[in-house]
Amino acid sequence: MNTHVIELIVNGDLREVAVRPNLTLLQLLRDHLRLTGTKHGCGTGDCGACTVLLDGRPVNSCLTLAVEARNRTITTIEGISTSGTTLHPVQQAFVEKGAVQCGYCTPGMIMSSVHLLRTNPDPTESEIRHAIGGNICRCTGYTKIIEAIETAARAKKGSGQ
Amino acid sequence: MMRLPPFRFHAPETLEEAAAILADKGSDAMILAGGTDLLPNMKRGQHTPKHLLTLRRISSLRDVRNGSGLSIGAGLTLTQLLSNQTIRKDYTALWQAAKVVATPQLRNMATLGGNICLDTRCNFYDQSKEWRKAINYCLKKDGDTCWVATSSKTCLAVSSTDTAPALVALGARIRLVSSAGERVIRLEDFYNNDGLDYLNRRADEILSEVILEPVSGWKSTYWKLRRRGSFDFPVLAVAVAVKFTDDGTVEDARIVLGAVASMPMLSTDAAEFLIGKKIDDEVIRETGRIAAKIARPVNNTDLDPPWRKKVIPEFIRYALREVRGDDISSLRQRVAHQSRS
Repeated sequence: MNTHVIELIVNGDLREVAVRPNLTLLQLLRDHLRLTGTKHGCGTGDCGACTVLLDGRPVNSCLTLAVEARNRTITTIEGISTSGTTLHPVQQAFVEKGAVQCGYCTPGMIMSSVHLLRTNPDPTESEIRHAIGGNICRCTGYTKIIEAIETAARAKKGSGQ
Repeated sequence: MMRLPPFRFHAPETLEEAAAILADKGSDAMILAGGTDLLPNMKRGQHTPKHLLTLRRISSLRDVRNGSGLSIGAGLTLTQLLSNQTIRKDYTALWQAAKVVATPQLRNMATLGGNICLDTRCNFYDQSKEWRKAINYCLKKDGDTCWVATSSKTCLAVSSTDTAPALVALGARIRLVSSAGERVIRLEDFYNNDGLDYLNRRADEILSEVILEPVSGWKSTYWKLRRRGSFDFPVLAVAVAVKFTDDGTVEDARIVLGAVASMPMLSTDAAEFLIGKKIDDEVIRETGRIAAKIARPVNNTDLDPPWRKKVIPEFIRYALREVRGDDISSLRQRVAHQSRS
């Protein structure tokens, strides 16, 4: 049949899956691997709710074919906390600053923020706004989200991480 | 939830292998580059290829080679292109254009070749299948009427690529490879002013690289009009490249407008007017007027067409002031939501 068996690393674990070519990475994560933290929003790359890190860079998983993730590394919202029991500093800051309302954009927003702080630990407000330019939030007006990312940057700096 | 229709998937490792698959499958196959344009279109039923051929495994398509000028692999992602300091310094218009394509996520996926081949866009076409069915489809796909202008014999969908106007202004050529051989053409010759048949690309051809000439004496810039500074296709693109002599006289010029027709429009009249002159305020005013004549904005994209038409000469003038050396970065930030570099 028209099925491809692929290996990929998801949140540090090697997974082997059989996928049809028209399965998106988002469908693979949510429906097959039961990682439902990543959200399906528009399905057309406009909203960023489905953002995951592919080989360390944020991408829209709704526009990535699962078969194209072969031999690559995926990090989802479930995989960013190193301990598994405590929140990642960006997650913690989102909670503290009230940067979450309905919560639907939050996993994607956090993935974009995590990548920003990895590549630019001390971003300006303008750099933060550009980094989350591909993530739409219809509740917060972004103010609290930007505050949370600034807080997370300061917390990371303070902890020397 | 919109799902992708079924297709067979091919992942060749070399350009030769890819060309052989395309030669075999013909128009049943489509090329998948970054997928950021094709996959949403497939979800909306605008394309239903039987075969998809990904170029991602062909590493040679991501090569950037310095020589006399610069050769850029068509498979380079826009993020990779933006990290190239030669492009940033010498081919400013291209760098600026790539910087304002879509979002960080999409630039991590989208390729230069994909943006050059971007499907033309229209308010009556970029809709779900159900929406299009309700208007009995349109000339571009499955129907026989252009809803933008019902008397139009040709499709008026808009060329919405950012990088192509910049590349045309920079005099870029492209290499097209097939199993029958290869050809190098000027990028402006790659396009037709027909929203349906907008590319002069045979079904078996792969766009493999973009070739840029040396830049000594040239200055270039790219201005984009859109509703949101974060994420929108252009509703007007202005790319200007000017070659100056030592005393500031224009030796050569290329002024290109994007998103005002089904292809990037090169204004040879404006270039002829500019050549041999110094760019003073009066010349800038007149060049804006002349170059704007080639634009025919119609009512099939964002923002009001009469207003879009009105601002075209102004945007051309901003670009000319910038290549002349005026510091108009705050104007750029305010009007185009764009920083210079």
